[in-house]
Amino acid sequence: MTDHNNIRLPEGSIEKETTTLNLGPTHPATHGVFQNILELDGERVIRTESTVGYIHRAFEKIAERRPYYQITTLTDRLNYCSSPINNMGWHLTCEKLLHVKTPKRVDYLRVIIMELSRISDHLICNSIVGVDTGAYTGFLYVMQYREMIYEIYEEVCGSRLTTNMGRIGGFERNFTNVAFQKLEKFLIEYPKVLREFENLFTRNRIFIERTQGVGGISAERALSYGFTGPNLRATGVDYDVRVHSPYSSYEDLDFIIPVGTTGDNYDRYQVRNAEMWESLKIIEQAYRKVQEFKGAEAEVFHADVPAYYLPEKEDVYTKMEALIYHFKIVMGETDIPAGEVYNSVEGGNGELGFYLISDGGRSPYRLHFRRPCFVYYQAYPELIHGSMLSDAIVTLSSLNLIAGEMDA
Amino acid sequence: MSLTNEIIKTGLLEKFGDLLTEWGEPYGMLSFTAPGDQNLKVMNFLSEEFRFDFLTDLTAVHYPNRKGEELAVVYHLHNLVDNIRVRFRIYVPVEKPDVYTATGVFASANWMERETFDFYGVNFVGHPDLKRILNVDEMDYFPLRKEFPLEDQTRIDKDDDMFGR
Repeated sequence: MTDHNNIRLPEGSIEKETTTLNLGPTHPATHGVFQNILELDGERVIRTESTVGYIHRAFEKIAERRPYYQITTLTDRLNYCSSPINNMGWHLTCEKLLHVKTPKRVDYLRVIIMELSRISDHLICNSIVGVDTGAYTGFLYVMQYREMIYEIYEEVCGSRLTTNMGRIGGFERNFTNVAFQKLEKFLIEYPKVLREFENLFTRNRIFIERTQGVGGISAERALSYGFTGPNLRATGVDYDVRVHSPYSSYEDLDFIIPVGTTGDNYDRYQVRNAEMWESLKIIEQAYRKVQEFKGAEAEVFHADVPAYYLPEKEDVYTKMEALIYHFKIVMGETDIPAGEVYNSVEGGNGELGFYLISDGGRSPYRLHFRRPCFVYYQAYPELIHGSMLSDAIVTLSSLNLIAGEMDA
Repeated sequence: MSLTNEIIKTGLLEKFGDLLTEWGEPYGMLSFTAPGDQNLKVMNFLSEEFRFDFLTDLTAVHYPNRKGEELAVVYHLHNLVDNIRVRFRIYVPVEKPDVYTATGVFASANWMERETFDFYGVNFVGHPDLKRILNVDEMDYFPLRKEFPLEDQTRIDKDDDMFGR
């Protein structure tokens, strides 16, 4: 016989007590180095204190000593789920400072790469939300197709995760036929996968009940908190840098901005999902435009700006001019105009801005990265206030927080 | 009629007059400098008159050679309706870097100001929780100031003014 009386505690003894729980910094469910000190009342979160900075690497300070072409490697390590977008964003910022106009073919090739990285970024985020709600299958399944994207990167620039892709003015080499073949294969195979991924989640009852109405935010609060990207669009604000201030010839391409209504986890999932379809549309259009170039134009892969574009290594060994420019760029003898420029691109999780002040020296006087997830992560305590601990985990992953980007 | 830099500039000049200086439009973005204690007034005016309701970025820059106004705090505001951006900066002396906090206007200013404090030591007056964010709490200096060059100062084998900032 069990005595059940002992669960009847005296009144006012435990109800008022709260539990403090350390979530992170290295908890497997946080998918990155995030620490949250949660104060729990039963299983409900009543207070959150977020600590960031565990992988701070002082990129802004390092950038003040590096020549412009060496800063690309730093941007790789911001949002490492979509490093090519960061690389292109940095190149576009330099090109804006230097008044370099890139040829159309370069723009379209960049668009293809950037949209591929957007797909890989959203794919990881959405499938991680799936993992946190208990569906590991989707995550493992789509990993294969992220692998296909990485193989395209590999074919274009030689590396996979931290790509260091492209140069100021264009790409380091032309896309090979293999790269285009891999892209075609991806365009044929990926829609089926995405549809199957949708079938697994979009109308899955468990998934809907875990995500709908959880971690919601109003459009006003989201704007006040500086939300951008899919998280802002999930609240119903159709702000997209690609449309509002087009760069890299996005204005030539036809796509829509998917928006949500309530800004909760399910809407964020839906917006990311819809954006992947839009990205596919964009890639197809851009690829068609790339194929339309004939003759010499079809070989163009960088702007004709020898003073800033790091020449091919083969030319450096065989041509006098290339050797001179190579020397000048590497030794920091290039004329960089003094100026102040802010340029932003639509990154995987929002507006990735580069605020660059040049004083004419070989390296920036000041470079500040506007990292989208650093800005919107401060809304996390408000998003999870009063929700269950398990919902806090899902909200954390559906915000698409990347520790590398947050801590710069 | 859509909003242009000219209209914003005229509106600001009517309201603030000579207080605002260093007007410019580098790369198409309207930029100006406001007095150190006017940042909130400028922000509120831009928000009420021209719907600059989105704080894109807040950061600081250190100019050791500008005596008495070594630290610049730079604000990037965005009007999402007319899709136009504006940038303004305020200068404060490095000995007494007091700036009014923008957390009352934008919730997003909270961490951006903490980051700026962390790296430059700008003291945001009225900030609810001004403490270090990316660096360790025990740090007692402000690493992005220019007096901390990245190059090891004890090296004598390199002689290049352009390298060691």
